[in-house]
Amino acid sequence: MGDGILKDGIAAGRLAENQYVSNFADLHPPFVQHEAFVEADRCYFCYDAPCQAACPTSIDIPLFIREILTDNPLGAAETIFEQNILGGMCARVCPTEQLCEEACVREAAEGKPVKIGMLQRYATDAAMDAGVQFFTRGAETGKHVAIVGAGPAGLACAHRLSMHGHSVTIFDARPKAGGLNEYGIAFYKTPGGFAQAEVDYVTAIGGIDIETGKALGRDFTLADLTAKYDAVFLGMGLGGVNALRAEGEDADGVDNAIDFIATLRQASDLSTLPIGRRVVVIGGGMTAVDAAVQSKLLGAEEVTMVYRRGREQMNASGFEQDLAAAKGVNIRLWLAPKRVMTAGGKVTGIELSYMALDAGGALKPTGETTTIACDQVFKAIGQTLASDGDGVTLAGGKIEVDDEGHTSMPKVWAGGDCATGGDDLTVTAVAEGRDAAESINRFLSGK
Amino acid sequence: MADLRNNFVGIKSPNPFWLASAPPTDKEYNVERAFKAGWGGVVWKTLGEAGPPVVNVNGPRYGAIWAGDRRLMGFNNIELITDRDLQRNLREIKAVKMRWPDRAVVASIMVPCDEDSWKAILPLVEETGADGIELNFGCPHGMSERGMGAAVGQVPEYVEMVVRWCKHYSRMPVITKLTPNVTDIRRPARAAKNGGTDAVSLINTINSITNVDLDLMAPMPTIDGKGTHGGYCGPAAKPIALHMVAEIARDRETLGLPISGIGGITTWRDAAEFMALGSGNVQVCTAAMVYGFKIVEEMISGLSNWMDEKGYKTLDDFVGKASRNVTDWQFLNLEYITKARIDQDLCIKCGRCHIACEDTSHQAITKEKNGVRYFEVMDNECVGCNLCVNVCPVEDCITMVELAPGMIDERTGRVVTGKYANWTTHPNNPMRKDAVEPAE
Repeated sequence: MGDGILKDGIAAGRLAENQYVSNFADLHPPFVQHEAFVEADRCYFCYDAPCQAACPTSIDIPLFIREILTDNPLGAAETIFEQNILGGMCARVCPTEQLCEEACVREAAEGKPVKIGMLQRYATDAAMDAGVQFFTRGAETGKHVAIVGAGPAGLACAHRLSMHGHSVTIFDARPKAGGLNEYGIAFYKTPGGFAQAEVDYVTAIGGIDIETGKALGRDFTLADLTAKYDAVFLGMGLGGVNALRAEGEDADGVDNAIDFIATLRQASDLSTLPIGRRVVVIGGGMTAVDAAVQSKLLGAEEVTMVYRRGREQMNASGFEQDLAAAKGVNIRLWLAPKRVMTAGGKVTGIELSYMALDAGGALKPTGETTTIACDQVFKAIGQTLASDGDGVTLAGGKIEVDDEGHTSMPKVWAGGDCATGGDDLTVTAVAEGRDAAESINRFLSGK
Repeated sequence: MADLRNNFVGIKSPNPFWLASAPPTDKEYNVERAFKAGWGGVVWKTLGEAGPPVVNVNGPRYGAIWAGDRRLMGFNNIELITDRDLQRNLREIKAVKMRWPDRAVVASIMVPCDEDSWKAILPLVEETGADGIELNFGCPHGMSERGMGAAVGQVPEYVEMVVRWCKHYSRMPVITKLTPNVTDIRRPARAAKNGGTDAVSLINTINSITNVDLDLMAPMPTIDGKGTHGGYCGPAAKPIALHMVAEIARDRETLGLPISGIGGITTWRDAAEFMALGSGNVQVCTAAMVYGFKIVEEMISGLSNWMDEKGYKTLDDFVGKASRNVTDWQFLNLEYITKARIDQDLCIKCGRCHIACEDTSHQAITKEKNGVRYFEVMDNECVGCNLCVNVCPVEDCITMVELAPGMIDERTGRVVTGKYANWTTHPNNPMRKDAVEPAE
């Protein structure tokens, strides 16, 4: 990471020019062929494989690994894409240590699972680099489906609908398609414009139009869509950000972590991005880790992640926590924000309450407090649905759906982070989008 | 500390590990390095008759097959006998033997199959002080097209004839190297014995095409778009070699004929297995060609430690100890009943035992118990075949357990008798006769 250039407050250009490239390079350089063969050879080709059962998209993992081993990477890619058309991104961002690799029998045997994610990337890269498409658009049905949100759920849904011959129009509020893949994931996880390349790869099947800069509730209503289209899929994610509910959070220097991540991902020159000399990130999820690590990589001198509960309750995986620690992020637990301290309208620090579970198991401040001096505070304590649902029934702040992704409205389905169920992961969003498409197809074809 | 000294038909070496006649023993330079590394002996790369030496191809002469991580499992070659001048080889043999008197130096020979050719070369070799000769009746490619190598080894009458010449024109011990490219290895072995050979060595390499270049549509190794069969060796050939060694060791006609074991020997354990089946010593080539001469250190150390553990003081204490247990199928005890047992603490739940048994064998392993992934042997279906043991990736997780006398075999409902009864007396055998015990 190198030593930051010491500048007080929030400032850009904390690193030497050449350091940005190495700091934000690919977190896991891809396998070369021999590495892939050696790793693929470790797979036992299990019967009814536990890894496959652990994959939210049910990719036939032993089969694709065997295809890699026999020097058939395109066959491997087809096996992956049959279940998960965004298999390329999932290979990069899936918390595999909590999914397929946790279930791998080699994890039980020796604590070293087969590197399934890396192998999946090897195969999907081979197909995408060669521009090989495995699926064709079905015969035109004349049906037209509207999708809100061009993120993982929307794209997976659109691709599957196109396979069934339906036409799709995707509306997305942002200037670019891709959703969180484009705007919400750390730079070093998907460098090289991969998110846009994947959007192009998915939409190459045809029959999918994407209209960017069009937001539900601002440019159109759900009623507009149900009136005009044969079916609607809502996959717009969570656009709102939870407030800290701490005094002083409107101060200059208190920002949303997801906005910081999005800005970073869209920046053409990372040295122009301002970052605090001392940064505090509030939250314990993947977004908090992405913001904390990238703050460090931009040259922040001290970065502290603050979470109100213990390590076990953090949504960030063990791998993510270790990554943050390895990059020099200090993780502080059982602390909740109480007051943002300011001087002249700018952040100077944050006062934190010590937290503990009371006898009933409820989280309560202990009464003690501490302070951390900082110039910048990032909020990463969860996101919320940006709209009130526009007529569909909500549950727990999300759109309520059944097993097929069907909402309370007859022509409306939903999936991904905005809908109930799932783990708010890219891979679950893909599974929900895909499965909703199958349900929509059954509806449209009268089955 | 076990005594590894070897006396093979009067040829002494400090250990039983010789390098086989092959590229590693083609030159003084290599042999010198081998002896420095600790090899007990060498069989010098096969000498041909005086005159212009043979020529080799100038393209690839080796092929291979691999397991994971490119671990070489099988190897093949289309190299011929030494392509260096006979006189030069003889000078080098003499020099090496003088410098290393305690090591075995045996010269491999292959000349045309006529008496004069053998009569001419034998005194030249004898003059070097070599400890013995090995007759190359095995080389399956190139030379065999010219009526030598395997072309001789495949005709027992020729084998006997040439061995007789060698014993007649030389005082040196004669080791006859056999080709496996025959239907019954005992025939050439018996012929060699009848001709008076002091020992046989086997196996030479197996006719093979290791792979096909699917772009060129040609066998590999490929020479200008064409390929030919080569001689196959390496770890994958070991089981074939072990069988042939065992057949000669237990054949009544060749009983007691010394055997130098060859074929895929890579570790001390491989060597011990060959020797247990009746080999007085072993010869190694492929493993040295893959890993270099240093491997002999592991072989010496491993064999020595294993002998200490078992209480074998000399090699003779265990040579041939397993050959008495090689028998015909008809003498196997049909009253011996085993069942597979899966150690649930070691099981990693890969399910390979289940699917192997379910798809391809006897449907004797469960896949779940109370809705949970669980692999367990059903004794009422298990025939004790050992397939699950072989496919299990965890060592000792699945074992075959013998049913004790008095227990009931749930598959057949029969009580285990604990007696010996084989096919020869089985009621289903239309040719059954009165009980015959296997030969000791």
